[in-house]
Amino acid sequence: MSETCEISFPIEGDRFEDAGKVSVEVKKILKTFDIPNDILRRAAIATYESEINVISYAIRGTVNLRVTDDRILIDVEDIGPGISDIEQAMQQGYSTANDRIREMGFGAGMGLFNIKNCSDTFEILSEEWKGTHLKIVINR
Amino acid sequence: MTLREIADLLDATVLMGKNHLDIEVQTAFAADLMSDVLAFAKPGSIMITGLTNPQIVRIASIVDNSAILLVRGKIPPEDTLHLAEELEIPVLSTRYILFETSGRLYANGIVGCVRKIEGPESVVPL
Repeated sequence: MSETCEISFPIEGDRFEDAGKVSVEVKKILKTFDIPNDILRRAAIATYESEINVISYAIRGTVNLRVTDDRILIDVEDIGPGISDIEQAMQQGYSTANDRIREMGFGAGMGLFNIKNCSDTFEILSEEWKGTHLKIVINR
Repeated sequence: MTLREIADLLDATVLMGKNHLDIEVQTAFAADLMSDVLAFAKPGSIMITGLTNPQIVRIASIVDNSAILLVRGKIPPEDTLHLAEELEIPVLSTRYILFETSGRLYANGIVGCVRKIEGPESVVPL
């Protein structure tokens, strides 16, 4: 496989049974590159957290994975309610998850914080009643 | 300890991965909160949990857990086991409760993959 690639994955909101499918696929693709394990792992975790957020809160979304010579770029865009207070949402422990999300073992309020931890640069853009766009960059 | 030794110690049933019982395990992370597994578990650790949905397998694959150890006698649904087979994650099930399971493993040399969570004084859900 070439050393760069670009690929998109759709995510449907509310399909909890699918949670993690995209992330497992992303990790599989990244494994075909010459990327150290801890970096693969960070990219997969950031993708998983983003994926569960789209499923939990949005109507639908897309994960766009791009691998360049020196970086892994993961863009996650959704159509959904957006985030009214990003600073608050970034705090550990803050969550608006419902019981259904919590029964699955999620909704602890660690997601965005964990994504930030896994990224080299992390940007979050959100507009209420429109959607959210996460821009995750991890150096190879 | 190897997975085989863990299975013997906890009288656990090997539900998936009978060919992977020689895997060596040194650390563990126990939680029923997958958010916390994603945030805190380290590569190579064994995931100890009472959850049985397919997500536990995908998460184990993503954080590089060596295996999943189900407690309280939980038996996962078929789709969880199919996924475990596909992603090559061994799954064991013990009747011991989480506390007993963790204590018995600790007494036999398995330690937490992290000791404490660093950061703010407390994480209070708002």
